[in-house]
Amino acid sequence: MWALRSDSLPRNHLLTVVRRTPQPKEDPASQDPELLRRLLRAKDRMDAASHEDWPVHRLARVSHVSAAHFARSFKQAFGVPPHRYLLTRRIERATALLRDTDRPITEIAFATGWESLGTFGRTFRDVTGESPSAMRARARGAANELGRVPACIVSAAQRPALTTAVSEKRRRAADGTNGAPTKEIRR
Amino acid sequence: MIQGVQEVGLYVRDQDEALAFYVEKLGFRVHTDVRNGDYRWLTVQHPDQPAFQLGLFTPGPPVHDEATAQTLRAIVAKGAMPPLVLSVSDCRAAYERMRALGVEFTQEPVSRYGNVDAGFRDPSGNGWKMIEARR
Repeated sequence: MWALRSDSLPRNHLLTVVRRTPQPKEDPASQDPELLRRLLRAKDRMDAASHEDWPVHRLARVSHVSAAHFARSFKQAFGVPPHRYLLTRRIERATALLRDTDRPITEIAFATGWESLGTFGRTFRDVTGESPSAMRARARGAANELGRVPACIVSAAQRPALTTAVSEKRRRAADGTNGAPTKEIRR
Repeated sequence: MIQGVQEVGLYVRDQDEALAFYVEKLGFRVHTDVRNGDYRWLTVQHPDQPAFQLGLFTPGPPVHDEATAQTLRAIVAKGAMPPLVLSVSDCRAAYERMRALGVEFTQEPVSRYGNVDAGFRDPSGNGWKMIEARR
């Protein structure tokens, strides 16, 4: 089926298809549902308190597995390593606070779990492509089209899709190479 | 002529466990519980919404082959099923009552734009939002 459609697909898309073909050992469907349920609990805990520190051993305790097993299983189950998932939640929350409140950016940086304004600004720009202040200005200019969707779900819908490591995004930006845009990978 | 949705089903990992959860913790009651061999058609209904049934089904034969069933079980356990929303008249009171009953909350009640919402999961991993709409 892919062969038939490949002519019309951009090259990045094909690479994505190849990369995402699951290895037999890493097929998420082969994971024990009971383990997945406990991994979900750790993910929920990060969701509920993304501003807190979540070292792997703390998450592993929530899931009742060893730290090494946790990191591997979490990535297999949810497609991203736990620390990167946490990063997407922090960016999502910072985005909401920038958009919906008048709190100073420094305050938002600390409230969402960063240790310095500099790290926050740099990471935010690396992930979203714009600075916190630019994002705030743009979000306020845009009409609220999502008013009928429950706020909690809107928030999740605006979570960045971090399919590559932030360091990798940085490297590509420095190289001037583009890699596969995150949004295309998700489609 | 459509008159509304009558029943929507969820996948759960264990029907007895799900039944206990939805009846004892959320206040639903059994609407239909019929078995045919291994298959069990189980729906619950909330007393305040008699026209709607929530189905509680386990993936597996005879409806699914084992590989499909395993995939579905994994999806549910990962919390990847679509959002479910419960409407409540007092979110904070419901939160206190349900938490005392041992419901696993994922989000404490938060007030947003006049609504109050909280989040919880059923034992299988299905995620619910509980929303008290602005009056």
